[in-house]
Amino acid sequence: MIHQYKLNDYNIVLDINSGAVHLVDELAYDVISLYETKSFDEITLEMLEKYKNIEEINENEIRAVISDIEELKTAGKLFSSNRYDNIATNFKQNNHVIKALCLHIAHTCNLTCDYCFAQAGKYQGEFALMSFDVGKQALDFLIKNSGSRKHLEVDFFGGEPLMNFEVVKQLVEYARTQEEPHNKKFRFTLTTNGVLLDNDITEFLNKEMDNVVLSLDGRKEVHDRLRRTVNGKGSYDIIISKFQHLAKSRGEKNYYIRGTFTHNNVDFTEDIFHMADLGFTQLSMEPVVCSPNDTYALTEEDLPKILEQYEILAKEMIKRNQEGNPFTFYHYMLDLNHGPCIYKRITGCGSGTEYLAVTPWGELFPCHQFVGDPDYSMGDVWKGVMNTKLRDEMSTCNVYSRENCKECWAQLYCSGGCSANAYHATGSIHGTYDYGCELFRKRMECAIMIQAAEANLE
Amino acid sequence: MKRIQTLETRDLKKSAQTGGCGECQTSCQSACKTSCGVANQQCEKSEKK
Repeated sequence: MIHQYKLNDYNIVLDINSGAVHLVDELAYDVISLYETKSFDEITLEMLEKYKNIEEINENEIRAVISDIEELKTAGKLFSSNRYDNIATNFKQNNHVIKALCLHIAHTCNLTCDYCFAQAGKYQGEFALMSFDVGKQALDFLIKNSGSRKHLEVDFFGGEPLMNFEVVKQLVEYARTQEEPHNKKFRFTLTTNGVLLDNDITEFLNKEMDNVVLSLDGRKEVHDRLRRTVNGKGSYDIIISKFQHLAKSRGEKNYYIRGTFTHNNVDFTEDIFHMADLGFTQLSMEPVVCSPNDTYALTEEDLPKILEQYEILAKEMIKRNQEGNPFTFYHYMLDLNHGPCIYKRITGCGSGTEYLAVTPWGELFPCHQFVGDPDYSMGDVWKGVMNTKLRDEMSTCNVYSRENCKECWAQLYCSGGCSANAYHATGSIHGTYDYGCELFRKRMECAIMIQAAEANLE
Repeated sequence: MKRIQTLETRDLKKSAQTGGCGECQTSCQSACKTSCGVANQQCEKSEKK
């Protein structure tokens, strides 16, 4: 399978199964598009007619392009036919190692953001804080079930994790004592709305957290519209200087400013540029996850505008990079040479198999987005995964198990998408959230175009 | 090649022989939490840029 597209004056051809990326001129672009369906003579005639006003394009030139295509095909870099179905199934179904936990350290929040899928942190349940004993048991459960995996990831999530900061500190301290005896290395992440950040907490986060995710939606009026305190006031002015201090004190690395865009700010690049103009350099902006009935839900009419926004963002990033004022956008962070292996690309996110969410009460769910849905309860941190039927079903989720993914060119960039999004959109974890797919494909086209631009600069 | 420039990329077919250690980050466990993708994940075995 190949995918061809034109963006920002680049003609790009992707060979999906090998991962190869080609930048081509107009003639090569056209010849590649005809290569599999027409004979060489037909291609030659068609190209001679199309380019009859361009002197340098003659039969020899066209033959040379066809010869180059065949050389790439022989090298397995164009029209390659590798399929990885077998390793997708076997790799995941035979693997019950758990390597990551999302600890719901606080099912409560000091903000009441309208779009929060956790509903003010409660996840359709009661307010609660995780105790040290439950968290410790979760860490022990992770160590016990992680096999020979050295790197273990733990995300402190909520609600607002800083509302239970003492337990966060105690759990990190406990985890560090367990690293050497078990030959493990914990990598912690904490997601926060920033309201409770102070110098002491910032110092702790800088010392112990591999990554910190800071929630900011962008422009003050956009942020304050949906991210309000319990008193109904916007939270922008409370958090901005705290985030700036934290980012600076971390050396401007290993953090994300993470925003959510909704129907209210379809021009979300303005929010990303606002973040960049505030001095932040590690940025992420996600489409809202909510019911289609919500007033701020993204609509079909929004879709073409959003796709255009991703192009605007990519072009601006190239420009700012050239000006020596770069920032990164999470979804555009491709490293074509050192990206994931094929196993990672086909087995999906690992929810319900290698990644689990833990509630304040120690109950296990496939991921944070399933928390509170009794149909997706998997067990608890004392007895482990007891719902093996659900685990086995989750383990069958891969890029080849979803019908819509089989013919999608982005399959090995996406890995089949988010099971929770699929479930909420279609009622099945084996479905696809098509709206999200449209956005993902555009993001990948933009991300690869940026790589093309950087390659041309070098 | 005169009209085709191939960017240097990881050969996915070859990675079937060398990959699969599983030490890499769980894809949702980073910034997004709502829209999974794997292309922007880093391989633990590869030298970072």
